[in-house]
Amino acid sequence: MSAPQPVLQVQHVSKSFGGVHALRDVHFEIMPGEVHAILGENGAGKSTLIKIMTGVHQPDAGELFLEGQPMRFANTRAAQEHGIAAIYQEPSLFPDLDIAENILVGRQPISRGAIDWKRMYQEASALLQRLGLALDPRTKARELSVAQQQVVEIARALSINAKVLIMDEPTSSLTQHEVADLFAIVRQLRAAGTAIIFISHRLDELFALADRVTILRDGSYVGTRVMTDVTTDGLIRMMVGRSLDELFPKQAVPIGSVVLEVAGLGVEGSFADVSFELHRGEILGMAGLIGAGRTDVARALFGIEPATAGTITLDGKVVAIKRPDTAMALGIGYVPEDRKEHGLVLAMSIADNITLPIVASFAKLGWLDTQRELAAATASATQLEVKMSHVEQQAGELSGGNQQKVVLAKWLGAHPRVLILDEPTRGIDVGTKAAVHALMSSLAAQGMAILMISSELPEILGMSDRILVMREGRLTGHFSRAEATQEKLMAAATSA
Amino acid sequence: MIAETQTPARPQRRLVQAFVKFREIGIIVFIVVLAALVSLRNPAFLTAANFQDIVLNISILVIVALAQTMVIITRGIDLSVGSMIGLTAMMVAYLVVAFPGMPPILAIPLGMLLGAALGSLNGLIIAGGGVPPIIATLGMLSIYRGLIFFYSQGKWINAFEMPPSFRQLAKGAPLGVPNLILFAIIVALGVYYFLRYSRTGRDIYAVGSNPDAARFAGIPMQRMIFRVYLISGILCGLAGVLWASRFEAAQTNTALGFELQTVAASVVGGVNIFGGSGSVLGVILGAFLLGIINNALTLVQISPFWQLAAQGLLILLAVIVDSTILRRLQRITSRKSRT
Repeated sequence: MSAPQPVLQVQHVSKSFGGVHALRDVHFEIMPGEVHAILGENGAGKSTLIKIMTGVHQPDAGELFLEGQPMRFANTRAAQEHGIAAIYQEPSLFPDLDIAENILVGRQPISRGAIDWKRMYQEASALLQRLGLALDPRTKARELSVAQQQVVEIARALSINAKVLIMDEPTSSLTQHEVADLFAIVRQLRAAGTAIIFISHRLDELFALADRVTILRDGSYVGTRVMTDVTTDGLIRMMVGRSLDELFPKQAVPIGSVVLEVAGLGVEGSFADVSFELHRGEILGMAGLIGAGRTDVARALFGIEPATAGTITLDGKVVAIKRPDTAMALGIGYVPEDRKEHGLVLAMSIADNITLPIVASFAKLGWLDTQRELAAATASATQLEVKMSHVEQQAGELSGGNQQKVVLAKWLGAHPRVLILDEPTRGIDVGTKAAVHALMSSLAAQGMAILMISSELPEILGMSDRILVMREGRLTGHFSRAEATQEKLMAAATSA
Repeated sequence: MIAETQTPARPQRRLVQAFVKFREIGIIVFIVVLAALVSLRNPAFLTAANFQDIVLNISILVIVALAQTMVIITRGIDLSVGSMIGLTAMMVAYLVVAFPGMPPILAIPLGMLLGAALGSLNGLIIAGGGVPPIIATLGMLSIYRGLIFFYSQGKWINAFEMPPSFRQLAKGAPLGVPNLILFAIIVALGVYYFLRYSRTGRDIYAVGSNPDAARFAGIPMQRMIFRVYLISGILCGLAGVLWASRFEAAQTNTALGFELQTVAASVVGGVNIFGGSGSVLGVILGAFLLGIINNALTLVQISPFWQLAAQGLLILLAVIVDSTILRRLQRITSRKSRT
């Protein structure tokens, strides 16, 4: 045999949509048993490249080679039949179907002309066991956590004997423990000879997992490197074309008086006895594993699921927050974790989204002054450098990072005194991340009190003045910026 | 970590979970309570004869509601079912009158063939033309109804014109049970088997549960959508023949407004109006509840002026009771799993 042959090769591939180049003359190749990362800012063309490899799009120019043979996938099923499977950023399961069916959809075992459910559950159980997931395959997908859903998707890929497994930001909504579990699975697949294309914005993950990395910028191929030969700075320079001074531009701000005081707060069934103070100009980080109850605290403070115990004191006055509009009237803003589901109305324009919480202020005698509304929205969007064609564009058309900026713009217009950010940079690229961090920092400098929930420890450590840690519905740690370390936070978040 | 989030189920929680999984519990509770109340007012309610009467009355509804359910599972809706029933009833009745020597059983495949043609036209417009189902079928509702007038020139076909053998199609009971009920049972079993044991049936759920994921999974979306409207047409064709036979007439207003009853039976039976879920048993129970409501309102002698409103009120009540019970049970299970 000659030198090992790449499983999948992409040569000189170009693709444009409506005159806009998404990919220009891009190269990529992956060997069996390799973890190959694709790196680039949002809009660099990673998604398009993946979609060409999975048959969602067909290239305008260039060629695909599968094990040396030129190949053209007419659709996703054709790609799957050739052993190329993909796991997308947002788990794409069928919530109403059970785990077994989600794994074997379209390929359910048939015996005597009918679906053999018994065999289906056996096959699914075997796959789940291989991946170390102790779940009943009859469980409906809607009842699973994000991490569990991803394992189900990996099981689906295993079930088609994937030669190439593409993972598009699989870790963006996982806790550190779940990431470790996922990596163990990925290494196991690599050892078995599967080629894995791994996309993540978290560079530390790439250093931990990837063998090689291919960098894209603005739809063009920048280069491919062996992971051990590059540094974080080097990768960022290749990715953005310039070096990022600081991903966490935290300004030192004098901490002011107490704005928000929470004492013995609890919601029956989710968390209890949470007490803390939040000061003017402060960024208070809240770390913990997913499911530790951090989001429930935020939801209680914003009145979505009101507290059943304890008190909330705002500027020295005890307040009862039973509904979001009460919270907003009191000057509390909330940017939820899932921007698609809770933070944005995707079908509405950018402008309408931005002015949503303050729309009443543009009303004259019950009618909207749309010109003033539009002007205000444009100003906010421009200030945050939202990449858009115009403010009346649909919010759903924007990239993840830009959607997040719109969510932030929405709250800035309302001038809240307390801003709660839940996973503010989940799944957005390095450049936008830095912009969001800079914005948070300058808001704090202007005197806003910020409660930031994040599962990314570097973000917590880099941005917070003080850090709270939650575990299983309780506060289990409280650190100053100076004393906090990754190890201490993890210990507080996990140890029993 | 991934495995640890699943706590072992305690016995009482498992019982509650079993109830939640048994989606139909809410509607059964409602049916039992309603039946008890009605039989207190009028003992004639709880008799075998009355029961058979109810089942006969809902047989056609069950057939068409099951078709409607498959469409709704794919996130669609078929508002043209009433018109398709009316049109096939009229055309088949004409054929039967024109060819009295024809064996009446032939009317069944003929009606289904006609229905298939109507349904595939719906399917083409929706799957091929990308027209939203509610708009496409609303248009076809009027067009098919209009064709009934065009075809019949406004004339009705009455009982005395029809050969007696055709009338026996629905009413006869050579096996001891009226044929009409047998047809409904066969369709229900067929749909159950199709939805549960065929890949196409499972794909119908997949398409409605998450259309994007369905596309990524390589499910042929357009073909899938086309098929459910085709099936809907075929079952409406069958229903049209049975309708003409049972009521011994084909009129221009046959099955007028029937689409609303089919949607009501589906939704009352727990079919998610936003797609993705729904069961054959649920829909049968939904149709059964509608049948009981109609029957009961007559038996307790509610003024006919109030019947329609009372019917609507009971349907709403049934849906509210059902969703409240479901939500309660779900809250119990989720609370226990979190602590």
